[in-house]
Amino acid sequence: MRFELTKESAEQLAQEAVRRGASAAEVVMKRRQEFAVSVRLGEVEKIKESTDQGLGLRVLINGQQASVSCSDFSREAVLRLVDEAVELARATSIDESAGLPEASELAREIPALELYDEAVERLTTEEKIAMALRAERAAQSYSDRISNFDGGGLETASSTIVLANSLGFAGQYDGTMIGLATVPVAADDQGRMQRDYWYDTRRRLEDLTAPEAIGRIAAQRTLRKLNGRSVPTQTVPVVFDPSMSASLLGNLFEAASGEAIFRRASFLVGQLGEEVASRHLTVIDDGRLPGKLGSRPFDGEGLPTRRTVLIEQGRLESYLLNSYTARKLGLRSTGNAARALIGAPTVDAGNLYIAAGPHTPAEIIGSVGKGLYLTEMIGQGVNIVTGDYSRSAGGLWIENGELTFAVQGVTVAGNLKEMLRGIGMVGNDLDFRGSVAAPTLLIDRMTISA
Amino acid sequence: MANDAIRFFLTRFGLTVGQIEDLLATALARGGDYADLYFEYRVNNSVALEERIVKTSARSVAQGVGVRVIAGEKTGYAYTAEIAFAAIRQAASTASFIARTTGTTEPVGINATPLVHDLYSVDAPLSGAPLKRKIELLTQADIAARAFDRRIREVQVGVHDEIKYVMIATSDGRLVGDVQPLARIGMTCIADDDGNRQAGRGGGGGRIGMEFFEDALTPDVLARTVALQAITQLEARPTPAGTMAVVLGPGWPGILLHEAVGHGLESDFNRKGSSAFTGRIGERVASELCTVVDDGTLAGRRGSLNVDDEGQPTGCTVLIENGVLRGYMSDHLNAELMGAAATGNGRRQSYKHIPLPRMTNTFMLAGQSDPQEIIRSVKRGLYAVQFGGGQVDITNGEFAFSASEAYLIEDGKVTAPVRGATLRGNGPEALKHVTAVGNDLELDLGVGMCGKEGQMLPVGVGLPTIKISEMTVGGTSA
Repeated sequence: MRFELTKESAEQLAQEAVRRGASAAEVVMKRRQEFAVSVRLGEVEKIKESTDQGLGLRVLINGQQASVSCSDFSREAVLRLVDEAVELARATSIDESAGLPEASELAREIPALELYDEAVERLTTEEKIAMALRAERAAQSYSDRISNFDGGGLETASSTIVLANSLGFAGQYDGTMIGLATVPVAADDQGRMQRDYWYDTRRRLEDLTAPEAIGRIAAQRTLRKLNGRSVPTQTVPVVFDPSMSASLLGNLFEAASGEAIFRRASFLVGQLGEEVASRHLTVIDDGRLPGKLGSRPFDGEGLPTRRTVLIEQGRLESYLLNSYTARKLGLRSTGNAARALIGAPTVDAGNLYIAAGPHTPAEIIGSVGKGLYLTEMIGQGVNIVTGDYSRSAGGLWIENGELTFAVQGVTVAGNLKEMLRGIGMVGNDLDFRGSVAAPTLLIDRMTISA
Repeated sequence: MANDAIRFFLTRFGLTVGQIEDLLATALARGGDYADLYFEYRVNNSVALEERIVKTSARSVAQGVGVRVIAGEKTGYAYTAEIAFAAIRQAASTASFIARTTGTTEPVGINATPLVHDLYSVDAPLSGAPLKRKIELLTQADIAARAFDRRIREVQVGVHDEIKYVMIATSDGRLVGDVQPLARIGMTCIADDDGNRQAGRGGGGGRIGMEFFEDALTPDVLARTVALQAITQLEARPTPAGTMAVVLGPGWPGILLHEAVGHGLESDFNRKGSSAFTGRIGERVASELCTVVDDGTLAGRRGSLNVDDEGQPTGCTVLIENGVLRGYMSDHLNAELMGAAATGNGRRQSYKHIPLPRMTNTFMLAGQSDPQEIIRSVKRGLYAVQFGGGQVDITNGEFAFSASEAYLIEDGKVTAPVRGATLRGNGPEALKHVTAVGNDLELDLGVGMCGKEGQMLPVGVGLPTIKISEMTVGGTSA
């Protein structure tokens, strides 16, 4: 006897946990079939192919909570784990806020969101290898200076997610993913090497950027880093390219997540309804955009996903919450629970984006007399509690509204609170290449150190 | 101990040595130079306290087998979560497709290979300890942190442990097993002084048992360290930006080596010519005061292993000797292709992952200087003692890491705490500016995680107090 990866089986298991001592239980099952090929210099380097599945169970005993997970679906192994979960829960404390969502909040229908594309599944190994090689070839043929590659390839995945709880919720959905990347290396006249990359990740094959375009952009990004130099320490406007804006949006997500808020570990604590950014900034999370990577019909606790405006023209309208963080804050869940196989639900965004503004990237760069066009950051120097922001940076120097030489070996620093208020222009170049997307942004002043 | 793990897999999953040889033969049926099987059975436990209550406890069991086939520079890989002959055979057949020639290598019969090292002398592994005892550790840490200063308003503390059985069978005849314990305690304290909120973070552990938390790192000591960090930050001012002398304290600041030179000396990047250190063996890449090693053979350390994840005994690899670049860290594939010896650095996150050259415990050997003298020698600079994460671009050598506890040095004295300091530099250049190395080598307390190509692994770092005469410090105060 085995448990199967089905709604019915997951529901049975949740009920079985209740029979064995839980007051409530939630079961998640995931199957993922993955394929990855990496290529280098015209040859296949690695191919990886597998199917994997796992099962997770969360049990509650009136506010006491534990979770277990395994990959063995045999009845014996699963039931042993159920008993262990109940035993683990009994050793924890009563947490008044822990529990399943209210039954009335659970999703009643499962909308089709175009998350699954058969065309991704139908791709043959040869076709996938060919796409990876096309991206690399496009980068290589772009310039003689592209001398080497540090990686690149194509990956696909198709997954099934099943969620059920002892309140009677049971849902299932399938999704696909396809990602393509290439990482060229170029050298300048002194032999100093630079690498950069470009990629795209989508749910549907037809949405994927053409391999030739990915290769070309990767080559352009790599070449423009050549002959980089430092600039003197100064305070100037900084233009964030879309990938750097997306990184900033990632920080904003962390700060607006209910987990940081209830812990009072965010600079956005107590700011609901307040102006936290310039009026140019509108931030939206939408878990229901058809065909997008961050879309899903229900969240990790079975609540319907939805569209939530976090920041409307600078005003903080909402945090992102799951049931637990909502209860801690006396608010309602925004349907943003994330559920791994193991552990209590966390908070995750659906498709998180900054609404596009009116300006072309060229207009934004053109508005800067002297400043940095930021294309790269490394290091983790972002403090969500205080907003302190200090990261190693690279990009292009802007002089009289024009991009000039490559900048390397500097740090950019500021404070997120001031950076958000200092957003002077928002670009019209919003493009979803993943589940976090943002256009070009101008931040009026940051400290650059050399 | 090797036999324990081998026996575990063979009896629990009903496999024979003959079947394992068959599986290796299946993997090489279409050709190829080398094949291996990586069996893994792992149990993870965790329990966490927050807001003075034990909020959650978790246990996960993971098991599976990864099959790898190497043909020249090509690798084929497949895995299964089902440890059974038929499922592994299917994976072996999938992995074999990478090799399109036929019959170039015949696997030789496998023989149990004894372990060279015995690095985890654990009396009482945490994975077997009563949950009640772990909760006592958490409670003790919580009480100690709150008692340290009334401004400590929130404490999160968790204990995480793992026991991992591995068995590796290779087509060149090795059958190696190991049982690897790992545990750590992790803690965050939030201090609040009238709305000024600051966090402190810390932890410790290793391939150790419960005795570690009764002796090497008690919850009281950890709590005081982390609480002090949060309290210190309350008074911290913005870091001055610019180029200045930096003194790194002993232990965890060794993350500098991990980022500045460690990743760049992993052999895959160097074989492919994409590292800033490519082709520079024998060149001076650091001041002559610097000798840097990667040592996977230190007893009980987080980055230590009896064997790496390819069944190779770990070793101590000299990376930089008196400032001169000496060697790379290598896995099987890159060692073969480069005609070098594998250094026992082939590691993987789990059976789902292809091994890569990775670090173990990376540190600088002690020098001659008195740490107090080093600080006294700085007129104006930064003294950094704790760090968050770091990152490196191995191709241009640019690296950055962020201080979570740092102070100004003024006229040879450690003065005001500063916050938000990011240190950046360039790998082959940064260590050339090391002008003093202390006699106080310490290894970190055992919480390091390193990511590469999406694979996370436990690692260790270490450093004596060192002085870097000039380094770019990013801060908000111009």
